[in-house]
Amino acid sequence: MSTTQGQPAQRPLPVPPVPVAPLDVDAMLDSEKIIVCCGSGGVGKTTIAAALALRAAEQGRQVVVLTIDPARRLAQSMGLSELDNIPREVAGVDRSAGGRLDAMMLDMKRTFDEIVLAHAAPDRAQQLLENPFYQSLSSSFAGTQEYMAMEKLGQLDATGDWDLIVVDTPPTRSALDFLDAPTRLGAFLDGRLLRLLLAPAKAGGKMYLKVVGVGLGMFGKILTKIVGAQLLTDVSQFVAALETMFGGFRQRAEQTYQLLGAPGTSFVVVAAPEAAALREASYFVDRLDSDGMPLAGLVINRVHPVCSAARGLTVERSLAAAETLAEHAGHPLTAAVLRVHAERVRLATRENRLRERFTSAHPDTPLVEVDALAGDIHDLDGLRDVGAALAGEKVLHQAG
Amino acid sequence: MAEPGTVVGVTSQDTLPPGATRGPWSCRLHVVTGKGGTGKTTVAGALAVALATGGRRVLLTEVEGRQQIAQLFDTPPLPYAERKVASAPGGGEVFALAIDAEEALLEYLEMFYNLRRAGRALGKIGAIDFATTIAPGVRDVLLTGKVKEAVNRPDATRPGGRSYDAVVLDAPPTGRIARFLNVSAEVAGLAKMGPIRTQADSVMAVMRSAATVVHFVTLLEEMPMQETVDGVAEVRTAGLAVGGVIVNMIRQPLLAADDIERASADELDLEELVAGMKEAGIQAGVELVGALATEAAQHARRVRLEVAERAEVERLGRPVYELPLVADGVDVGVIYRFADLLRKQRMVG
Repeated sequence: MSTTQGQPAQRPLPVPPVPVAPLDVDAMLDSEKIIVCCGSGGVGKTTIAAALALRAAEQGRQVVVLTIDPARRLAQSMGLSELDNIPREVAGVDRSAGGRLDAMMLDMKRTFDEIVLAHAAPDRAQQLLENPFYQSLSSSFAGTQEYMAMEKLGQLDATGDWDLIVVDTPPTRSALDFLDAPTRLGAFLDGRLLRLLLAPAKAGGKMYLKVVGVGLGMFGKILTKIVGAQLLTDVSQFVAALETMFGGFRQRAEQTYQLLGAPGTSFVVVAAPEAAALREASYFVDRLDSDGMPLAGLVINRVHPVCSAARGLTVERSLAAAETLAEHAGHPLTAAVLRVHAERVRLATRENRLRERFTSAHPDTPLVEVDALAGDIHDLDGLRDVGAALAGEKVLHQAG
Repeated sequence: MAEPGTVVGVTSQDTLPPGATRGPWSCRLHVVTGKGGTGKTTVAGALAVALATGGRRVLLTEVEGRQQIAQLFDTPPLPYAERKVASAPGGGEVFALAIDAEEALLEYLEMFYNLRRAGRALGKIGAIDFATTIAPGVRDVLLTGKVKEAVNRPDATRPGGRSYDAVVLDAPPTGRIARFLNVSAEVAGLAKMGPIRTQADSVMAVMRSAATVVHFVTLLEEMPMQETVDGVAEVRTAGLAVGGVIVNMIRQPLLAADDIERASADELDLEELVAGMKEAGIQAGVELVGALATEAAQHARRVRLEVAERAEVERLGRPVYELPLVADGVDVGVIYRFADLLRKQRMVG
């Protein structure tokens, strides 16, 4: 593995020492209908999702990318200036292969409102939209964003307008929340507790309080202590309004969940070469496996490989050589460059160790690594480079 | 153009003693936030050790159910109980607590209503799940309520009369921090009165008092910096005091200033490198020298990026503390080294 003579070795090759199947990104982009990018916060999920979507579109597919919380400049470069839930075509995409790329940013409150408006009679819908519990639930419940991302995915899928949907998942505290939250919200909204609350509410608002106060006894008293009577009334009215318009939230959540496990869906787990991020990735891979969800593979984003031609030069030798030069007070540039190399090797060694820990626990998980870049990605060219790196082609201008 | 560092809505800071808004931070509650991947938990741990140094007792708390503190200090997962995880120089002690919303609720019910067993029964029908997870904002009230309790817990046997001299909260990420801390506003639409509202308001009183300060951990990269700028503004708008900005994972510039320029333009003198390597006793061909120059160029670009982002940090107008990138990864030894660095930079007194 040598570079051409006379040409600077500008192509550091990420070569995993453990034999791990590479993730065949182009095959995935060619055949799948839904790709879900997940991983813990700060690993570059949104960028990876956008890069995959762009690459698929330029290879000829009709693609829509659903992003949750893109960095401002990345959003601008994709024409995502408004959070309005409407997929819009991204300008500047090479359409010569017949594909196109649309992008949209999820507005969870609006998505929830749309469900309400689509399924309820106008007066009932208005009542629900004004309910304080609904307003809180739709804008701040930790699981709503995940649920609405799934809901929107289901909607986009149902239109049949695109042959590939790439989903970026919400920046949850833990990657696992993404899988759990929709079911949790669905289970809650359809659960025993709410049925208890619901029964009296159906009989009328005033009756409800009486029933809670007397009929439900201890239960009602405690619940009132926890959340307060007013909140209980709001919740109860909320559920009553909800139930008349679409029975079985749980069923709905399960349908969305099944869509994720259906043929044509692939999960891509994204991680940074950091212990915490890879630990999360590990949990997520195991969880997908136990749920029978289709895992395509792991992307380790922003790695710092050592240039292949310099791999033989160890940390110890570099530092000793730098010392020698410093003692003779000559060649300060060379001494500094040797120190840079030593630091780079140390970093790469740690990243290799972390990756090997993952691959030895998950030997069957295909893997691809993307080099760290000098700056953030905020244009389509940058996304193209990341896409090329994902597909195993090379990217220049890394960061140290 | 409005200066991003302009003080907006920080009336609570006006009541602080002179100098208290610039550090060293001697307040009782230190909230540490940062974008994912910035090393927020590491910094929170180092700050706890730094605060404990010299014989103080400090509680380090986490609220996201990820057992990050246990991993940081290399201890078994923390139960819902305060455990000593580290000693600090000079007889200091760091205790840790992983706060769980459900346990906090049961504790709250027991403390105020003597209802622990009934609470357990409620758990079976999903009422606890409802109260802690589903009812928006309630969860955050419970988590911050437990932090508040630890901050205020009396202990007559200790100097100062409190169980802990300081509490460090490893808080949710920058994107959610203002909403998480601003619990009164979060439950305002939901509960106009009642126990949740009362608890939220009393938590808020502590958060907005001179006892509390919010520190931000960031990297010299575009996205973490953008989130920090946004987070600082949101925290100020919520009426909370912004403390220091801890810049983590800083690369030490290993090349001289003019070599940084040349390297990032791919214009390093390769012949000089060949000669230097020969002098150092390493036979280096074009390939090796080219590879080294590439690594130097990447290092130089990173350093230049950090210089540009550092200007952004300065514009926040907050005291800045710096921690280096640890190439070998963070272990317990690094926490102590970082604690020492934070003390040397006078983040804590």
